[in-house]
Amino acid sequence: MPAIWLVAIVALVSVVGFFVGRARALAAAGGEPRALHSRPPYYGANVAIFAAVPAFLVLAVWLLAQPLIVSELVKGDIAPSAVPPGSNLSLVMSDVTRVANGLDAAVAAGAMTDEYAQNIRADFTDVRARLGSVGVALASNVDQSVLIAAQRYRALTGTGELLRTLVILGIAAAGFAFAVLRTSADFRARNAVERAIGTLLILAASIAILTTLGIVLSLVFSTIEFFGLYPAQDFFLSLTWSPSFGGGSELGIIPLLWGTLYISIIALLVAVPIGLMAAVYLAEYATPTVRAVAKPLLEVLAGIPTIVYGLFALLTVGPMLVSVFGDGGALGVDWMAGGTAVMTAGLVMGIMLIPFVSSLSDDIINAVPQAMRDGSLGLGATKSETIRKVILPAALPGIVGAVLLAASRAIGETMIVVLGAGAAARLSLNPFEAMTTVTAKIVSQLTGDQDFASPEALVAFALGMSLFVLTLGLNIVALTIVRKYREQYE
Amino acid sequence: MSDVAEPAVTAPPSRDALERRMRARNRAEKRFQVYGIVAILIGLFFLVALLTAIISNGTGAFTQTFISVPMTVTKAQFDDAEASFVKTSKYRALITAAIMADVDARGLESAYSRARDYRQILSDGAAAQLRTVLQNNPDQLGQAITFNFRTSSRVDGYMKGRVTRDSIARDSNLSSEALDLVDQMVAADIIERRFNIDFVTGADASDNRPEQAGMGVAMLGSLFMMLTVLVLSLPIGVAASIYLEEFAPKNRLTDLIEVNISNLAAVPSIVFGILGLAVFIQFMHLPQSAPLVGGLVLTLMTLPTIIIATRAALKAVPPSIRQAALGVGASKMQAVFHHVLPLALPGILTGTIIGLAQALGETAPLLLIGMVGFIASNYPDGIASGLLDPNSAMPAQIFEWAKRADPAFYERAWGGIIILLLFLMVMNLIAILLRRRFERRW
Repeated sequence: MPAIWLVAIVALVSVVGFFVGRARALAAAGGEPRALHSRPPYYGANVAIFAAVPAFLVLAVWLLAQPLIVSELVKGDIAPSAVPPGSNLSLVMSDVTRVANGLDAAVAAGAMTDEYAQNIRADFTDVRARLGSVGVALASNVDQSVLIAAQRYRALTGTGELLRTLVILGIAAAGFAFAVLRTSADFRARNAVERAIGTLLILAASIAILTTLGIVLSLVFSTIEFFGLYPAQDFFLSLTWSPSFGGGSELGIIPLLWGTLYISIIALLVAVPIGLMAAVYLAEYATPTVRAVAKPLLEVLAGIPTIVYGLFALLTVGPMLVSVFGDGGALGVDWMAGGTAVMTAGLVMGIMLIPFVSSLSDDIINAVPQAMRDGSLGLGATKSETIRKVILPAALPGIVGAVLLAASRAIGETMIVVLGAGAAARLSLNPFEAMTTVTAKIVSQLTGDQDFASPEALVAFALGMSLFVLTLGLNIVALTIVRKYREQYE
Repeated sequence: MSDVAEPAVTAPPSRDALERRMRARNRAEKRFQVYGIVAILIGLFFLVALLTAIISNGTGAFTQTFISVPMTVTKAQFDDAEASFVKTSKYRALITAAIMADVDARGLESAYSRARDYRQILSDGAAAQLRTVLQNNPDQLGQAITFNFRTSSRVDGYMKGRVTRDSIARDSNLSSEALDLVDQMVAADIIERRFNIDFVTGADASDNRPEQAGMGVAMLGSLFMMLTVLVLSLPIGVAASIYLEEFAPKNRLTDLIEVNISNLAAVPSIVFGILGLAVFIQFMHLPQSAPLVGGLVLTLMTLPTIIIATRAALKAVPPSIRQAALGVGASKMQAVFHHVLPLALPGILTGTIIGLAQALGETAPLLLIGMVGFIASNYPDGIASGLLDPNSAMPAQIFEWAKRADPAFYERAWGGIIILLLFLMVMNLIAILLRRRFERRW
């Protein structure tokens, strides 16, 4: 029985449980709700929760675990001799699952009966052609041992699904019966229901931890695998980045880090002065009307998706910069060969970060106590002197925090650099040259069809790990500074 | 304050010097203000430049050049074309012959004598369009009908000013003679630029047919992704916020969750893409390029936004509401679910819409779970296929077009951005209106 039907049935049982539970409670109280400990719907909800929640939890675990267990069992069956030279067990296993899914599709399409699919033999029938006729494309012809494994895979999956149906329905029925039997006039249904809801709330809150755990685990395992194939010191210290899927790649992170930092520095050079001055003006000088118009307009820049900035860099800013700094350009210099360059990406990223810097700084400047302003103005300082000598120094830690947050944004930004910065990894000081970044290389190493076991693909996980650690470090430092600063004035 | 020096006894500055200094200080004050204004103006200038670039480059995508071809296809011709191996080439020959006949009949000057030369004017997709029409309406066989076919993207670019006679000098796909003919056809109202609804509703097309490409399928992909995000992130986000804001005891677990949420909000989106690839595709074997997987990844990304907004909304409900509920005998759970949550609902919805708008524009994680690099040409036929079949999404489709070599796709990419920004604008407007309408000051 497909999982979706199981879900529907359990949900139905749960709904029925609600009415049964409520009716039973009322009956136990002789139709007088005031004789019950809790209000009648709680007795219904109690039955509904007991019928549905354990069943759903077990179902979720089952759905995750069954494919793993089945493929482990089937893996044990494949003789080492069945693995062709140059291939490995996991590749054969992916063939097996593909054939098994193909057989499923063929049975579903009515092209073969279930029995036929389980007894078909590769040496008598052209399985590939038969599956191709129902729209399942296989890359190579089907080997007999793969076919047998696939049939066993199907058989085990079928058994597993039958077992799953029985177990899930059993759990739902047991939960239902348990809760119904427990229902009596004195039963504290509300407390039980609230405990259950409280647990669900905690589970929901834990998803944040699970996500972080998922990120860390997925990065760590693949990074370790990568360092098993490629020496760690070469990754961190090599000055060249030249991946080639044929082998003999050099995968040094330094040129990528340099590109990332260079672009981020240019972006911050654009965003910090503009954003900070805009924040100062909005916080200290602007009339309420100006503020009400200018602030949301600047924040529109923050709401625009990064793909738009990427396209803007690639198709507008890049060509414009070339027409100024390129060969035969307005300045008569030949510094820029192509539109994609560190300058292009940095400039556009700076534009993107202006509202980020300005709204964070705005908050921070507003948090400086009014008494400090009044004191300075009372001593005869002009407004700008007050800002420069009193407010900004007082706000400095917060502003540093804001800049660090902006830097972490810039380092993790992907679409602008993928489209605007170019693809060549090089160590150069010329801002008009194309360079590439950590994020851009993660994209290029992980998109397209490739073997995820090769160091050239796995390096993306090591790059992601470096990126994660770098931005996490920056964020923690920045948030600590900002929090300390806030506490100082509270 | 022991290090304050004894004030030195000096003559007081002259009145003149004092005034000079005051003037200098006032000038500095003015300068400082001007810096601030200039900074804001630069920011606004960038905004205007960005919007101008989008609108001036993108509006062209919503119009398309069409050529009207009066033609009669007989049953015999239809059967012949259907029987041949490459059916489209037969249909194309029919169309080009009809164009040629029309050109001759109107007495336009043409440098071409062979029907196949007219192929450079016509879109590659015209033959398939004709075939579909004839297959669906067999009664039109043998009748004189005027078809509207798309012109090739080069001719379309010429009509829009993207392609000029200079720029085609080295282009083998379009010759100057063809443009002479196009000019005459425009004068004769055969070729015309019109609004093109297919750009909004149509499917993506292959590399050599930019004139056919549309956003429709990618929009559906985005829709299914957003449904997934909404269905998952709203209940989970609200539940997590209620726990953290109303129930959580001060302990290590709560601290850990809080730290995690604030850090997740700042993790680069590409890292979420890696998570999606490793966990959902490699570990759980969910299908690649599926909107469901995209939705799951975006859910994890959107959760911190929703949690932060929901907690702010819950915090804004005054404690007196809770106390009053507890005072008349409600349990803590009842106080929260029956009284606090309904009052916080507008704030929660606003935060959710803003989170969804962010998720709608997110591209980087979608690249890693394979929502680019193919031609999204199949409309999903139902909810399951919408969630599980490979599809693109609006920002991924824009990225895909931006990567293709033909500049005709750039115009589509800009046009796609207009559509995407319209969606974001509407979502943000709804959020603002909700806030205006229901915001309550206590």
